[in-house]
Formats: sequence, structure tokens, C-alpha cells
Amino acid sequence: MTAVVQSTAVADPTGTVRGTGPVTATSTATVVDLAATSVRELNAALHDQADPTRNWIITHPAGRHNIAVGIDRDVTLRVDGHVGYFFAGMHQKGEVTVHGNAGQGLAENIMSGRVHVTGDASQSAAATGHGGLVVVEGNASARCGISMKGVDIVVGGNVGHMSAFMAQAGRMVVCGDAGENLGDSVYEARLYVRGQVASLGSDCVEKPMRQEHLAELAELLVSAGRDEDPADFRRYGSARTLYHFHSDNADAY
Amino acid sequence: MCGIAALQITNPALRPQLGSLLNTMLCEVIERGPDSAGIAVYDNPALTDPDTTVLSLLGGEQALSPAGLASALERELPEAEVTVEVLGDTTFVSGQASSTELTAALETVLPGRDIIGRGRHVAVMKGVGNPRDVAEHHGLTSMTGTRGVAHTRMATESAVTAAGSHPFSVADDLCLVHNGSFSNHATIRRDLERQGVVFDSDNDSEVAARYLATRLTAGEELESALEHLGTVFDGFYTLVVTTRDGMAVVRDPISCKPAVVAVTDDWVAMASEFRALADLPGIDHAHVFEPEPGRVYTWRA
Repeated sequence: MTAVVQSTAVADPTGTVRGTGPVTATSTATVVDLAATSVRELNAALHDQADPTRNWIITHPAGRHNIAVGIDRDVTLRVDGHVGYFFAGMHQKGEVTVHGNAGQGLAENIMSGRVHVTGDASQSAAATGHGGLVVVEGNASARCGISMKGVDIVVGGNVGHMSAFMAQAGRMVVCGDAGENLGDSVYEARLYVRGQVASLGSDCVEKPMRQEHLAELAELLVSAGRDEDPADFRRYGSARTLYHFHSDNADAY
Repeated sequence: MCGIAALQITNPALRPQLGSLLNTMLCEVIERGPDSAGIAVYDNPALTDPDTTVLSLLGGEQALSPAGLASALERELPEAEVTVEVLGDTTFVSGQASSTELTAALETVLPGRDIIGRGRHVAVMKGVGNPRDVAEHHGLTSMTGTRGVAHTRMATESAVTAAGSHPFSVADDLCLVHNGSFSNHATIRRDLERQGVVFDSDNDSEVAARYLATRLTAGEELESALEHLGTVFDGFYTLVVTTRDGMAVVRDPISCKPAVVAVTDDWVAMASEFRALADLPGIDHAHVFEPEPGRVYTWRA
């Protein structure tokens, strides 16, 4: 790393630290100014398993791509500003928060840990995610959670068209509206939507909200720091008519 | 991939900075299309005058010297007070005549020239090579103006030539830039050609520009013309259209191509990616959003 990295006393970097040990108002954080340090240098430092730094603050992200990709350490990282494509891609561990918007491919293929965006996210947020939690306080765009494989996604606003397309496992919570063709060809992922659904995709149907689903949803909302009432949501999932090829379903493929 | 950067300034105090701001935006989207570039600047007093029509010609070097071209055009249009100015890779021909008259005179004097811009408010500049160099050759950073649009091209549907660069300006003070590709442009081109529309290039985006110009010339409003375009053109696109008094943005109905808009009291800006907007003054307090698929957004100056 270069000399622009400095340690400084900061307030709790995320404000909602969970599960990664105590972070107090007197904890120190390493501040990386992306106006002076390259994303490559930042990511190399974040990947350095020998680096003892737990708390990171990233300033002047200026919409750059690939920030904080592939974090595999229990760190807490805060970004002040908007980030570009593939922020926190392949995220393995730790908690990252963006105070701003995120570009395409937010937390793509996240494995575990937590990625939180206070603003909007562009297309394909949490695509192919295997685990962990992705929270978008604003709107997510088209194809949110496409091919999700176990990730949990909580969106405070709306999601765009083709969200949860081919979603195989995990949970998606949408506190606003969902665009066209929600859950097209969904497998076993569970989708909860509070607002309007423009249309359901092929083989996606509304399902009853049983007690176990209300409990699951309540837990997801709390973990995302939200206070919506689970009773206001509807559940959608697979009708399981596309699991095996059947010539009667040819039109649906 | 292509990169788009467009800026419309609403606070007159910022107009002297149009060129430098647009240049900064352009440089952030070079990676999206490093093969060629085009720039349009509206209401730059050094290049356009509301009392005079300006044609932007491809190429700084013409078969006639600037003085020779001016006097040859004067013979065709004795009342027009024609002037010719070369800036970088572009030649600007100005005269007190309509763009149709000026174009006809130019066709007589120098047949087969590529006219890349026309009107009383817009100057269009294009070139092949790194967009940073194209902008520098034309002195973009020192330009003042009301709005501007820059495009970095990654050629898909036609060759890497300056003529194939965006923006496409095929009617007075109208510019269109495109990121994406149209799959049925040949069909629409044939339909337009049957109506008598003449094309300058093989470029698919020119078809969109000609289609739009045809509808606007027939008296249609910009919003509805762009909505119609969405029903006729098949493909994926983000389009930015600039006019004498405004700017429009529209994405295809499945929003295949990126677009980010930022709005403040002082300006409205659109780019393919946020990073192009990151250095605009007041961006920290701007309303930043992604245009919804298929919806036409317009901002009047």
C-alpha cells in the first residue's frame, strides 16, 4: 500500500455491526482514498491475510469498478460514495457498506458475509449468489438475483424485470414493487414481495404465507435493519411444472 | 460497448465550463469505445451563431483551402457571407442561408463531402483514434456552450471510420448518439429510402437518426417520436438526443444497455456509467438515478 493509507480514530464504521465482534466508537480504521490509491492496490491490501486491519473506510470511489472484490477476511468496510460495476463481487467474509449507489453486478457470486447499499443498485445485483446477505435500501434494477443459488437479498424499494430469473435457492425480499416476469423458471428460491408484481414469469406462482414463512421473512427483515410488517408481503415460488421436460410445457421453455 | 456522456447546463454561470466538464466525462468512458469518437457542442459563440447556419464537414483538410472554399461558395450564394474555419479534423462552413441552400452549394463546389452536423446552434466534430486525442485536436476543454454530447465508439454494425462515429446529426440542430445495436435497421433503412431519405453511412444508428428526423420534420413532438422509435426498432440501445433547446434519454424496453442520469439545479447529465459523472460540480448533492426501461426522459433548457 502507499503512504496515503492512514489510520485514524473513527466512529463505528457501519453502525449496524453484527456477528463480527465488537466495533466501538473508538476503534481505528484504515482510510483508503481512491483518488490517490488504485483499486488494485486496495484490493491487494484487502486480500492480504497477514494485514491485521479490521476496519476500512474507502473515500472518493467515484464510480470505479471492481472495488472490494473477493474479500475473504472478517473485515468491516465502509465506502463513502457511489461505486461502479462488480462491487464486492465474490464476497466471502466480512461486512461491506456503500453509502451511495452501486453499478451493475453488485455482490455478484457472493458466497457469504454481508453487502449493504444505502442507495440504488443497478442490474444483476447479487447474481448467482451462493450465500450471505445483500441489502439494497433503495431500488434494484433488472435481473436482481438472477440465478441466485442460496443468497438472501433484501431490497427496500423496487426490483426491475426478470428478477430472480432461474433462482435456485435462497430468499429474495422486495419491500416495494417487482417488475415484469418475476421468478421466471424459479426453482426452490422463496420470493417475498410487499408491493405490486407487474407479472410473474414462467412457472412462478403465488403461494400461501404459512407461519414458517412469516417467521423466516421477519428474520430477514430484521437482519436487514427493516421494520416492515411481514403480514403485508406475499410469497411467490415455483409451480414445479418445468422440473422435468414435458411436451405439454414446450411453450413455456 | 460504446460510451456516452451528455451534459446540459441550466445555470448560465457554468456555460464557460461546458467543454472542460464534457471532456472530463468523455475521458471516463474511453474504455467503453476507444476506436473513434464524436462530440457535439451547442451554442459555442466561436463556432455557431444563431443568425448563421453552420455545416460541420468531416476532415480538416478539404480539396480546397479554407479561403478557396469560402470564395467558391460565395459565388454560389452571393448574399450568404460564407466563412470557412478549420478546427482539428473538422471544417466548419458558415453562411447566412438555410442548411439546405448551404448543403446544395457545397455539393456543387465540393461534391461528396460528409456533412456531420448542421444548424444554427450545434457544431459536430468526429475523428478516428483515441477519444482523448479527438477532443484535444478540437480544443474541447476551452469550449463554452449550453449543452454537449460526446460518444466513444466500439464499432459493431459498421466499420471504424470517422463517418461512422456518433453523434448523427441529420437535421438542423438535432443530434443522436447510440450505445447498442439495432437488428432491423436494414429493413427500416429500405422503408425510409423508399420515402426519399438519403443516407451518408452504413451505420445502424444513422437509421435511427434519420427515422427520428423524419418524424420531427413532420411535426411530431420529440417524446412521441422517441416512443414510436421504440415500437419500430428492434435491438438494444441507450439513446441520447439533443435538440436546439433540450435533451432526451431513452433505453430499450429490457434495459440491456447502461445509463445513469444526474440532475441538479445547475445541470442535467447522463453517462453510460457513474464514473463519468463523478467530477461534475455539485454531484454529491445531485439526484442520481438509472432511467427506467423504455421510458422517454426529456429536459428542456
